Amino acid sequence: MKTDDLIRALAADCATRPMSLRRAFTMAMIPGVAIAFSLYLAILGPRPHLLGLLAEPRFLFKVCLAFLLVALSARLVLRLGKPGAEIRRATLLLAIVPALLGAGILAELLSVPAGLWSQKLIGTNALVCLKSIPFLGLAPLAAILFCLRQGAPEHPALAGAAAGLLAGAIGAALYATHCPDDSPLFVAVWYTLAITFITALGAIAGAWLLRW
Amino acid sequence: MRGEEQEKQWALLMRAGNAGDSDSYRRLLLLLTPVLRANARRGLAPAGMADTDAEDVVQETLLAIHLKRQSWDEEAPFGPWLRAIARHKMIDALRRRGRRITLPVDDFSEILTDGGAEPDMLVADVGRHLEFLPLGQRTIVQAIAIDGASIADAAARFSMTNGAVRVALHRGLSALAQKFRTEES
Repeated sequence: MKTDDLIRALAADCATRPMSLRRAFTMAMIPGVAIAFSLYLAILGPRPHLLGLLAEPRFLFKVCLAFLLVALSARLVLRLGKPGAEIRRATLLLAIVPALLGAGILAELLSVPAGLWSQKLIGTNALVCLKSIPFLGLAPLAAILFCLRQGAPEHPALAGAAAGLLAGAIGAALYATHCPDDSPLFVAVWYTLAITFITALGAIAGAWLLRW
Repeated sequence: MRGEEQEKQWALLMRAGNAGDSDSYRRLLLLLTPVLRANARRGLAPAGMADTDAEDVVQETLLAIHLKRQSWDEEAPFGPWLRAIARHKMIDALRRRGRRITLPVDDFSEILTDGGAEPDMLVADVGRHLEFLPLGQRTIVQAIAIDGASIADAAARFSMTNGAVRVALHRGLSALAQKFRTEES
Protein backbone atom coordinates (compact mmCIF):
# COMPACT_ATOMS: atom_id res chain seq x y z
CA MET A 1 0.00 0.00 0.00
CA LYS A 2 1.31 3.42 -0.89
CA THR A 3 1.45 6.05 1.78
CA ASP A 4 -1.20 8.07 -0.07
CA ASP A 5 -3.48 5.02 -0.02
CA LEU A 6 -3.01 4.69 3.71
CA ILE A 7 -3.85 8.38 4.14
CA ARG A 8 -7.06 7.88 2.17
CA ALA A 9 -8.07 5.10 4.56
CA LEU A 10 -7.14 7.17 7.61
CA ALA A 11 -9.17 10.13 6.35
CA ALA A 12 -12.16 7.86 5.74
CA ASP A 13 -11.85 6.72 9.36
CA CYS A 14 -11.83 10.32 10.60
CA ALA A 15 -15.48 10.23 11.65
CA THR A 16 -14.83 7.38 14.09
CA ARG A 17 -13.57 9.67 16.76
CA PRO A 18 -11.89 8.19 19.83
CA MET A 19 -12.93 9.38 23.26
CA SER A 20 -10.92 12.25 24.72
CA LEU A 21 -8.44 11.23 27.37
CA ARG A 22 -10.15 13.21 30.09
CA ARG A 23 -13.47 11.59 29.29
CA ALA A 24 -11.91 8.12 29.15
CA PHE A 25 -10.38 8.85 32.54
CA THR A 26 -13.73 9.79 34.05
CA MET A 27 -15.49 6.84 32.46
CA ALA A 28 -12.86 4.41 33.75
CA MET A 29 -12.54 5.91 37.22
CA ILE A 30 -16.24 5.71 38.05
CA PRO A 31 -16.35 1.88 38.07
CA GLY A 32 -12.75 1.63 39.35
CA VAL A 33 -13.41 3.74 42.43
CA ALA A 34 -16.87 2.25 42.90
CA ILE A 35 -15.38 -1.25 43.13
CA ALA A 36 -12.69 -0.08 45.55
CA PHE A 37 -15.31 1.66 47.68
CA SER A 38 -17.58 -1.40 47.75
CA LEU A 39 -14.68 -3.62 48.80
CA TYR A 40 -13.80 -1.08 51.46
CA LEU A 41 -17.35 -1.11 52.82
CA ALA A 42 -17.64 -4.90 52.62
CA ILE A 43 -14.28 -5.80 54.15
CA LEU A 44 -12.96 -2.89 56.18
CA GLY A 45 -15.65 -0.30 56.81
CA PRO A 46 -15.22 3.12 58.41
CA ARG A 47 -13.95 3.58 61.91
CA PRO A 48 -16.55 4.19 64.62
CA HIS A 49 -17.35 7.85 65.27
CA LEU A 50 -15.73 8.85 62.01
CA LEU A 51 -17.32 12.29 61.85
CA GLY A 52 -16.30 13.10 65.40
CA LEU A 53 -12.70 12.47 64.38
CA LEU A 54 -12.70 15.37 61.95
CA ALA A 55 -11.57 17.63 64.78
CA GLU A 56 -8.63 15.33 65.52
CA PRO A 57 -5.59 16.92 63.84
CA ARG A 58 -3.62 13.72 63.21
CA PHE A 59 -6.60 12.04 61.56
CA LEU A 60 -7.39 15.10 59.50
CA PHE A 61 -3.75 15.37 58.46
CA LYS A 62 -3.48 11.82 57.14
CA VAL A 63 -6.78 11.95 55.25
CA CYS A 64 -5.99 15.32 53.67
CA LEU A 65 -2.52 14.11 52.72
CA ALA A 66 -4.00 11.08 50.95
CA PHE A 67 -6.50 13.24 49.05
CA LEU A 68 -3.75 15.68 48.10
CA LEU A 69 -1.74 12.77 46.69
CA VAL A 70 -4.81 11.63 44.74
CA ALA A 71 -5.21 15.08 43.18
CA LEU A 72 -1.55 15.61 42.35
CA SER A 73 -0.93 12.15 40.93
CA ALA A 74 -4.14 12.29 38.86
CA ARG A 75 -2.82 15.49 37.29
CA LEU A 76 0.43 13.76 36.46
CA VAL A 77 -1.27 10.67 35.05
CA LEU A 78 -3.35 12.72 32.62
CA ARG A 79 -0.27 14.59 31.42
CA LEU A 80 1.77 11.42 31.00
CA GLY A 81 -0.87 10.10 28.60
CA LYS A 82 -0.29 13.00 26.24
CA PRO A 83 2.87 13.01 24.12
CA GLY A 84 4.84 16.21 24.29
CA ALA A 85 3.00 17.50 27.37
CA GLU A 86 5.08 19.26 29.98
CA ILE A 87 5.44 16.92 32.97
CA ARG A 88 8.20 18.52 35.03
CA ARG A 89 5.92 20.84 36.96
CA ALA A 90 3.39 18.12 37.71
CA THR A 91 6.20 15.83 38.90
CA LEU A 92 7.80 18.50 41.09
CA LEU A 93 4.44 19.36 42.64
CA LEU A 94 4.26 15.79 43.95
CA ALA A 95 7.12 16.69 46.32
CA ILE A 96 4.61 18.70 48.36
CA VAL A 97 3.31 15.44 49.81
CA PRO A 98 6.58 14.12 51.33
CA ALA A 99 7.43 17.68 52.42
CA LEU A 100 4.15 17.96 54.33
CA LEU A 101 4.64 14.48 55.73
CA GLY A 102 8.11 15.52 56.93
CA ALA A 103 6.59 18.51 58.68
CA GLY A 104 3.98 16.23 60.25
CA ILE A 105 6.68 13.86 61.50
CA LEU A 106 8.58 16.75 63.01
CA ALA A 107 5.48 18.02 64.80
CA GLU A 108 4.78 14.50 66.08
CA LEU A 109 8.32 14.04 67.38
CA LEU A 110 8.10 17.38 69.19
CA SER A 111 4.72 16.66 70.76
CA VAL A 112 5.15 13.01 71.73
CA PRO A 113 7.72 11.88 74.34
CA ALA A 114 10.60 9.87 72.86
CA GLY A 115 9.56 6.77 74.79
CA LEU A 116 6.36 6.51 72.77
CA TRP A 117 7.88 7.01 69.33
CA SER A 118 8.39 3.36 68.48
CA GLN A 119 4.92 2.47 69.74
CA LYS A 120 3.39 5.19 67.51
CA LEU A 121 5.44 4.00 64.56
CA ILE A 122 4.57 0.33 64.84
CA GLY A 123 0.92 1.04 65.62
CA THR A 124 -1.66 -1.72 65.90
CA ASN A 125 -2.54 -2.37 62.31
CA ALA A 126 0.64 -2.37 60.22
CA LEU A 127 0.08 -5.62 58.37
CA VAL A 128 -3.54 -4.82 57.54
CA CYS A 129 -2.35 -1.46 56.20
CA LEU A 130 0.30 -3.08 54.02
CA LYS A 131 -2.23 -5.45 52.51
CA SER A 132 -5.28 -3.20 52.31
CA ILE A 133 -3.87 -0.21 50.45
CA PRO A 134 -2.60 -2.17 47.44
CA PHE A 135 -5.70 -4.37 47.53
CA LEU A 136 -8.07 -1.39 47.46
CA GLY A 137 -5.93 0.15 44.74
CA LEU A 138 -6.15 -2.79 42.33
CA ALA A 139 -9.46 -1.88 40.66
CA PRO A 140 -8.48 1.80 40.29
CA LEU A 141 -5.10 0.69 38.88
CA ALA A 142 -6.80 -1.43 36.23
CA ALA A 143 -9.08 1.49 35.39
CA ILE A 144 -6.22 4.00 35.10
CA LEU A 145 -4.14 1.67 32.95
CA PHE A 146 -7.15 1.11 30.70
CA CYS A 147 -7.55 4.86 30.36
CA LEU A 148 -3.84 5.37 29.61
CA ARG A 149 -4.04 2.79 26.85
CA GLN A 150 -6.35 5.20 25.02
CA GLY A 151 -3.61 7.80 25.32
CA ALA A 152 -0.06 7.64 24.04
CA PRO A 153 2.36 7.60 26.98
CA GLU A 154 5.89 8.33 25.83
CA HIS A 155 7.32 6.44 28.78
CA PRO A 156 5.17 3.37 29.44
CA ALA A 157 6.86 2.28 32.70
CA LEU A 158 6.80 5.81 34.11
CA ALA A 159 3.15 6.26 33.17
CA GLY A 160 2.41 2.88 34.77
CA ALA A 161 4.22 3.97 37.94
CA ALA A 162 2.16 7.17 38.08
CA ALA A 163 -0.97 5.06 37.59
CA GLY A 164 0.15 2.87 40.51
CA LEU A 165 0.81 5.94 42.64
CA LEU A 166 -2.66 7.30 41.96
CA ALA A 167 -4.22 3.90 42.64
CA GLY A 168 -2.23 3.63 45.88
CA ALA A 169 -3.33 7.13 46.89
CA ILE A 170 -6.98 6.17 46.32
CA GLY A 171 -6.46 3.01 48.37
CA ALA A 172 -4.77 5.06 51.09
CA ALA A 173 -7.55 7.67 51.17
CA LEU A 174 -10.12 4.91 51.73
CA TYR A 175 -8.00 2.96 54.16
CA ALA A 176 -7.19 6.08 56.19
CA THR A 177 -10.81 6.28 57.31
CA HIS A 178 -10.66 2.71 58.60
CA CYS A 179 -7.25 2.57 60.27
CA PRO A 180 -7.05 3.60 63.95
CA ASP A 181 -3.35 4.52 63.68
CA ASP A 182 -3.21 8.23 63.02
CA SER A 183 0.37 9.09 63.91
CA PRO A 184 2.39 10.62 61.06
CA LEU A 185 5.13 8.19 62.09
CA PHE A 186 2.86 5.27 61.24
CA VAL A 187 1.74 6.88 57.99
CA ALA A 188 5.30 7.64 56.95
CA VAL A 189 6.39 4.03 57.26
CA TRP A 190 3.48 1.79 56.40
CA TYR A 191 1.45 3.91 54.00
CA THR A 192 4.63 4.73 52.12
CA LEU A 193 5.63 1.07 51.89
CA ALA A 194 2.17 0.05 50.71
CA ILE A 195 1.97 2.81 48.10
CA THR A 196 5.50 2.06 46.90
CA PHE A 197 4.49 -1.54 46.36
CA ILE A 198 1.53 -0.72 44.13
CA THR A 199 3.55 1.96 42.34
CA ALA A 200 6.13 -0.68 41.43
CA LEU A 201 3.33 -2.99 40.33
CA GLY A 202 1.98 -0.20 38.13
CA ALA A 203 5.41 0.39 36.59
CA ILE A 204 5.78 -3.28 35.68
CA ALA A 205 2.25 -3.50 34.29
CA GLY A 206 2.73 -0.22 32.41
CA ALA A 207 5.89 -1.41 30.72
CA TRP A 208 3.82 -4.26 29.26
CA LEU A 209 0.42 -2.76 28.73
CA LEU A 210 1.11 0.82 27.74
CA ARG A 211 3.32 0.31 24.70
CA TRP A 212 1.91 1.65 21.46
CA MET B 1 6.24 28.97 5.62
CA ARG B 2 7.85 29.51 9.00
CA GLY B 3 7.74 26.70 11.53
CA GLU B 4 5.38 28.37 13.93
CA GLU B 5 2.85 29.35 11.32
CA GLN B 6 3.09 25.92 9.80
CA GLU B 7 2.26 24.34 13.15
CA LYS B 8 -0.68 26.68 13.57
CA GLN B 9 -2.00 25.59 10.22
CA TRP B 10 -1.59 21.94 11.19
CA ALA B 11 -3.46 22.57 14.43
CA LEU B 12 -6.26 24.27 12.50
CA LEU B 13 -6.60 21.32 10.14
CA MET B 14 -6.46 18.86 13.01
CA ARG B 15 -9.26 20.66 14.84
CA ALA B 16 -11.32 20.58 11.66
CA GLY B 17 -10.57 16.86 11.36
CA ASN B 18 -11.67 16.31 14.95
CA ALA B 19 -14.91 18.04 14.09
CA GLY B 20 -15.44 15.46 11.34
CA ASP B 21 -14.08 17.32 8.29
CA SER B 22 -12.28 14.48 6.56
CA ASP B 23 -11.02 16.65 3.67
CA SER B 24 -9.12 18.91 6.06
CA TYR B 25 -7.87 15.89 7.91
CA ARG B 26 -6.63 14.28 4.71
CA ARG B 27 -4.93 17.52 3.72
CA LEU B 28 -3.20 17.60 7.09
CA LEU B 29 -1.87 14.07 6.71
CA LEU B 30 -0.68 14.85 3.18
CA LEU B 31 1.11 17.95 4.50
CA LEU B 32 2.72 16.05 7.34
CA THR B 33 3.94 13.17 5.20
CA PRO B 34 6.93 14.89 3.51
CA VAL B 35 7.98 16.35 6.86
CA LEU B 36 7.79 12.94 8.52
CA ARG B 37 9.58 11.39 5.58
CA ALA B 38 12.51 13.82 5.76
CA ASN B 39 12.67 13.32 9.50
CA ALA B 40 12.59 9.53 9.21
CA ARG B 41 15.31 9.45 6.56
CA ARG B 42 17.51 11.73 8.58
CA GLY B 43 16.97 9.58 11.66
CA LEU B 44 17.49 6.22 10.00
CA ALA B 45 20.36 7.04 7.65
CA PRO B 46 23.03 6.86 10.41
CA ALA B 47 21.81 3.34 11.18
CA GLY B 48 22.36 2.44 7.54
CA MET B 49 18.71 1.89 6.88
CA ALA B 50 17.16 2.30 3.47
CA ASP B 51 14.49 4.73 2.32
CA THR B 52 11.98 1.91 2.27
CA ASP B 53 12.55 1.47 6.01
CA ALA B 54 11.99 5.18 6.43
CA GLU B 55 8.72 4.87 4.54
CA ASP B 56 7.73 2.15 6.98
CA VAL B 57 8.33 4.55 9.84
CA VAL B 58 6.34 7.24 8.01
CA GLN B 59 3.36 4.94 7.63
CA GLU B 60 3.62 3.73 11.18
CA THR B 61 3.78 7.31 12.43
CA LEU B 62 0.75 8.29 10.36
CA LEU B 63 -1.16 5.37 11.87
CA ALA B 64 -0.11 6.45 15.37
CA ILE B 65 -1.07 10.08 14.71
CA HIS B 66 -4.45 8.85 13.58
CA LEU B 67 -5.14 6.29 16.29
CA LYS B 68 -3.79 8.47 19.09
CA ARG B 69 -5.19 11.80 17.95
CA GLN B 70 -7.37 12.01 21.06
CA SER B 71 -4.17 12.47 23.06
CA TRP B 72 -3.68 15.90 21.51
CA ASP B 73 -5.35 18.70 23.45
CA GLU B 74 -7.03 21.08 21.03
CA GLU B 75 -5.71 24.01 23.07
CA ALA B 76 -2.15 22.66 23.24
CA PRO B 77 0.48 23.43 20.57
CA PHE B 78 0.56 20.83 17.82
CA GLY B 79 4.32 20.70 17.19
CA PRO B 80 5.50 19.14 20.46
CA TRP B 81 2.79 16.49 20.22
CA LEU B 82 3.72 15.60 16.65
CA ARG B 83 7.45 15.51 17.43
CA ALA B 84 6.86 13.26 20.43
CA ILE B 85 4.82 10.80 18.36
CA ALA B 86 7.34 10.78 15.50
CA ARG B 87 10.22 10.35 17.90
CA HIS B 88 8.49 7.52 19.74
CA LYS B 89 7.84 5.65 16.50
CA MET B 90 11.39 6.19 15.27
CA ILE B 91 12.92 4.88 18.49
CA ASP B 92 10.53 1.95 18.29
CA ALA B 93 11.60 1.16 14.74
CA LEU B 94 15.28 1.37 15.59
CA ARG B 95 14.85 -0.77 18.67
CA ARG B 96 12.97 -3.41 16.74
CA ARG B 97 15.77 -3.60 14.28
CA GLY B 98 18.25 -3.91 17.09
CA ARG B 99 20.24 -0.79 16.40
CA ARG B 100 21.40 1.67 18.92
CA ILE B 101 21.98 5.15 17.70
CA THR B 102 21.43 8.60 19.00
CA LEU B 103 18.70 10.55 17.34
CA PRO B 104 19.38 13.92 15.82
CA VAL B 105 17.61 16.83 17.45
CA ASP B 106 14.23 16.60 15.82
CA ASP B 107 13.17 20.11 15.17
CA PHE B 108 10.78 19.91 12.27
CA SER B 109 10.83 23.60 11.66
CA GLU B 110 14.36 23.24 10.30
CA ILE B 111 13.36 20.60 7.83
CA LEU B 112 12.40 21.70 4.37
CA THR B 113 9.00 20.38 3.56
CA ASP B 114 10.43 18.70 0.49
CA GLY B 115 11.15 15.32 2.00
CA GLY B 116 11.79 13.70 -1.35
CA ALA B 117 9.43 11.40 -3.13
CA GLU B 118 7.99 8.21 -1.83
CA PRO B 119 10.29 5.35 -2.75
CA ASP B 120 9.05 2.63 -5.06
CA MET B 121 8.46 -0.28 -2.81
CA LEU B 122 8.11 -3.94 -3.41
CA VAL B 123 7.19 -5.34 -0.06
CA ALA B 124 8.43 -2.98 2.59
CA ASP B 125 5.23 -1.21 3.42
CA VAL B 126 2.02 -1.44 5.31
CA GLY B 127 0.51 -3.55 2.52
CA ARG B 128 2.39 -6.65 3.53
CA HIS B 129 0.46 -6.61 6.80
CA LEU B 130 -2.89 -6.52 5.06
CA GLU B 131 -2.82 -10.23 4.43
CA PHE B 132 -2.79 -10.87 8.17
CA LEU B 133 -6.04 -9.03 8.71
CA PRO B 134 -9.28 -10.96 9.00
CA LEU B 135 -10.93 -11.18 5.58
CA GLY B 136 -13.72 -8.71 6.34
CA GLN B 137 -11.36 -6.00 7.57
CA ARG B 138 -8.89 -6.61 4.76
CA THR B 139 -11.56 -6.29 2.09
CA ILE B 140 -12.81 -3.01 3.52
CA VAL B 141 -9.34 -1.48 4.04
CA GLN B 142 -8.34 -2.48 0.52
CA ALA B 143 -11.49 -1.13 -1.06
CA ILE B 144 -11.14 2.23 0.66
CA ALA B 145 -7.36 2.65 0.59
CA ILE B 146 -6.42 1.17 -2.75
CA ASP B 147 -9.60 1.36 -4.84
CA GLY B 148 -10.46 4.74 -3.34
CA ALA B 149 -14.01 3.77 -2.41
CA SER B 150 -15.92 5.96 0.02
CA ILE B 151 -17.60 4.48 3.08
CA ALA B 152 -20.92 4.56 1.23
CA ASP B 153 -19.39 2.95 -1.89
CA ALA B 154 -17.92 0.14 0.16
CA ALA B 155 -21.19 -0.34 2.01
CA ALA B 156 -23.09 -0.66 -1.27
CA ARG B 157 -20.50 -2.94 -2.85
CA PHE B 158 -20.43 -5.42 0.03
CA SER B 159 -24.10 -5.01 1.06
CA MET B 160 -23.13 -3.73 4.49
CA THR B 161 -24.41 -0.79 6.52
CA ASN B 162 -22.26 2.34 6.65
CA GLY B 163 -21.79 1.71 10.35
CA ALA B 164 -20.47 -1.81 9.79
CA VAL B 165 -18.01 -0.51 7.18
CA ARG B 166 -16.80 2.15 9.60
CA VAL B 167 -16.26 -0.41 12.34
CA ALA B 168 -14.41 -2.81 10.02
CA LEU B 169 -12.22 0.01 8.72
CA HIS B 170 -11.36 1.26 12.19
CA ARG B 171 -10.60 -2.22 13.51
CA GLY B 172 -8.53 -2.98 10.43
CA LEU B 173 -6.42 0.15 10.90
CA SER B 174 -5.92 -0.59 14.60
CA ALA B 175 -4.88 -4.13 13.73
CA LEU B 176 -2.42 -2.82 11.14
CA ALA B 177 -0.77 -0.59 13.74
CA GLN B 178 -0.61 -3.55 16.09
CA LYS B 179 1.00 -5.71 13.40
CA PHE B 180 3.65 -3.09 12.77
CA ARG B 181 4.49 -2.96 16.44
CA THR B 182 4.86 -6.64 17.00
CA GLU B 183 6.79 -7.31 13.84
CA GLU B 184 10.34 -8.56 14.23
CA SER B 185 12.67 -7.88 11.37
